Amino acid sequence: MLHFELVTPERLVRSEDVHMVVVPGTAGDFGVLEGHAPFMSTVRDGVLEIYKSGATTPETIRIEGGFAEVNDRGLTVLAEKAE
Amino acid sequence: MATLKALKIRIGSVKSTQKITKAMKMVAAAKLRRAQEAAEAGRPYAERLETVVASLAAKVASGPGSSPLLAGTGKDQVHLLVVATSDKGLAGAFNTNIARLARRRAQELTAQGKTVKIYTIGRKGRAVLARQFRDNIVHSVEPGDLGKLGFAEARAYADDIIARYQAGEFDVATLFYSHFKSVLTQDPTEQQIIPVALPVTKGDTAGSAVVEYEPSEEAILDDLLPRNIAIQLYRAIRENAASEQGSKMTAMDNATRNAGDLIKRLSIQYNRARQAAITTELVEIISGAEAL
Repeated sequence: MLHFELVTPERLVRSEDVHMVVVPGTAGDFGVLEGHAPFMSTVRDGVLEIYKSGATTPETIRIEGGFAEVNDRGLTVLAEKAE
Repeated sequence: MATLKALKIRIGSVKSTQKITKAMKMVAAAKLRRAQEAAEAGRPYAERLETVVASLAAKVASGPGSSPLLAGTGKDQVHLLVVATSDKGLAGAFNTNIARLARRRAQELTAQGKTVKIYTIGRKGRAVLARQFRDNIVHSVEPGDLGKLGFAEARAYADDIIARYQAGEFDVATLFYSHFKSVLTQDPTEQQIIPVALPVTKGDTAGSAVVEYEPSEEAILDDLLPRNIAIQLYRAIRENAASEQGSKMTAMDNATRNAGDLIKRLSIQYNRARQAAITTELVEIISGAEAL
């Protein structure tokens, strides 16, 4: 499982283990699965897709202005706004 | 008995003051919990952003091409003091402490021959600083209720400050606010925000692995640096909001206790006066009856 955190300046929105997250990067969407190589990207305003397991339909969260970091602890998305 | 009546009125007035301070204390306590939670909820973001900026900044050597927000202007002649306080008083020494720290710094800098500019957030800080540094205040904003202030407002202040920096209005910016330690202790703190003061990088996991950057390290850093300033400002305001309520709660608790002491003293005085009056009346009646 991939450890995923979504943080805004106001609060920690999500901190959970998920199957996959698709992040709207500035240079294009990218999906992050468990064991992804270390990666940093700025994020454009768009929709974050969270797949709890392989088969389900994704949960979507709109984010604005942000930044994503993948390291060996998982994926962290820092967004100015998330709803 | 005029004094008896006067005392009674006085006791009544102190009692109603006590009622007010007690209510204010309770309101502060309720607001404090919310403000404290908010201040703590904002910490993960600020901390994570800080480590990312620090690790990136270490990689992008501060060469001539790097962002002025990171490298500075190469001078430190003009200092901007960003003083964050609140708009409301009745919070003990909360506002005064922050303003005093800023004032001391301003005096130091002036003594060193530097130019000082002051940017105030909050009416109370402005009032204190205007006594001595009226001409140095370049801009003031009044945020209203600190607890209700969102990130968007903090972002707007940060953008304004960055625009002034890019226009060459100052070389170094320092932020003054009150760090919320606990309900009883709030430390007035100063923090350099421009150029970014980098924390010492501690064993960073991303440092060892090869990290891929998209679009590029420089582009990410250019995007993050202004955001980092907004976040630091936002965190300061959040800390201030919690500190203000904590300070207010302590101040109002003291006021309530003082009012209680005063009521006790006045009541004793009132009872003595009443008994004295009764005694004199009795003496008068008895001696009157004896005279018959």
